[in-house]
Amino acid sequence: MSEAGAKLTSQKVSFATTVPAAVSIGQIFLEFLIIGATSFGGVVPYLRGSLVTKRHWVDDKEFVEMLSISQSLPGLNATNMAILVGDKLRGALGSVAAILGICLPGGLLMYLVGIFYRAHGDHVWVTAGLKGVAAAAVGLILATVVQLSKKSLDQRFDFVFVVLTVLAVNRLHQSVPRTLIAVGLIAVLWHRPRKEQKESAAS
Amino acid sequence: MNQIPALVRVFAYLSLLTVGGGMAAFPEMKILTVDVHHWLTFPQLIHLYSVGQMAPGPNMMMIVSIGEWGGGLLGAVAVLIAFFGPTAMLAFVVARLWKRLQTWPWRTSMQQGLAPVSIGLLLAGCFTMAKGAIFGLETAAIAVAVLLILLQYKVNPALLVLGGAVLGLLSFAPK
Repeated sequence: MSEAGAKLTSQKVSFATTVPAAVSIGQIFLEFLIIGATSFGGVVPYLRGSLVTKRHWVDDKEFVEMLSISQSLPGLNATNMAILVGDKLRGALGSVAAILGICLPGGLLMYLVGIFYRAHGDHVWVTAGLKGVAAAAVGLILATVVQLSKKSLDQRFDFVFVVLTVLAVNRLHQSVPRTLIAVGLIAVLWHRPRKEQKESAAS
Repeated sequence: MNQIPALVRVFAYLSLLTVGGGMAAFPEMKILTVDVHHWLTFPQLIHLYSVGQMAPGPNMMMIVSIGEWGGGLLGAVAVLIAFFGPTAMLAFVVARLWKRLQTWPWRTSMQQGLAPVSIGLLLAGCFTMAKGAIFGLETAAIAVAVLLILLQYKVNPALLVLGGAVLGLLSFAPK
């Protein structure tokens, strides 16, 4: 189905062009299960190592393109990537197998952690450790913000939109969707297609 | 009282807010799970989120713990489907349309425009969490240390979070 869909569009970048002969649903599930069980500290490098380097299920260019789609859409990078790669390999069923595989190990682990934490979360040693864990997590998110800014903000004016978003949520206590729509709309209009871009896009 | 319908509603809604990363939905998640539905307290939410950073796989798997607290095993499964179902279907449909939109100039505009907003949402989520997680010199020092190390060296972030646990024990455990 995915191949038919890709042929319809017949674009230069079509995900269906380099599909390896036959990847079974079981293989997809197993590969994503392994990624889901081993990807400590961020999924993307593990996805690349497994799908591009080890299995050759997607090439590097496709991987980057898929990642850019995943980042632009709501949803986590990890699960969006699973959907896109699964669809490329075996259509809708491939997507289901991939997302189940990547979610299962972490989900099971956090299910058990939740039960343990409910029983022992108020133990003095546990709360002491968790205070440090939470502080480290704040540092980790800040680092993500800095790295993303370096990578995807190309205009100085973009920082105005970053600040506006933070102020709307944290200071004016606007809901996230309202902020997303309001500031998002202004930012998209700011980046509206200009004449020269139109020409280069058409060529 | 059966919490499953409320869990499904809340997490399906939150899933659509995860633009740029799970943290983008954090301010709204705090309001809905802590203030509105009382499934857990704010410190508990922060702890579960932080511990979740050490788990492999997608980094918002702590939602499973909230589902389990609110509605047992069924609650956990319901939350998982509610949180990943809508965005999975959206990604599936949009990815297929994406190729057709390749020459549509507004596609680039939307990507460029949404990038700073999603970074702002991550930062807002981070500040919301910092209000509960940073209180005094030790926690501030741990956060800054993790930030600087990650920007300077290629270290696995999960190891640094684990290091945070050790420092937390050293700083806050009863002597």
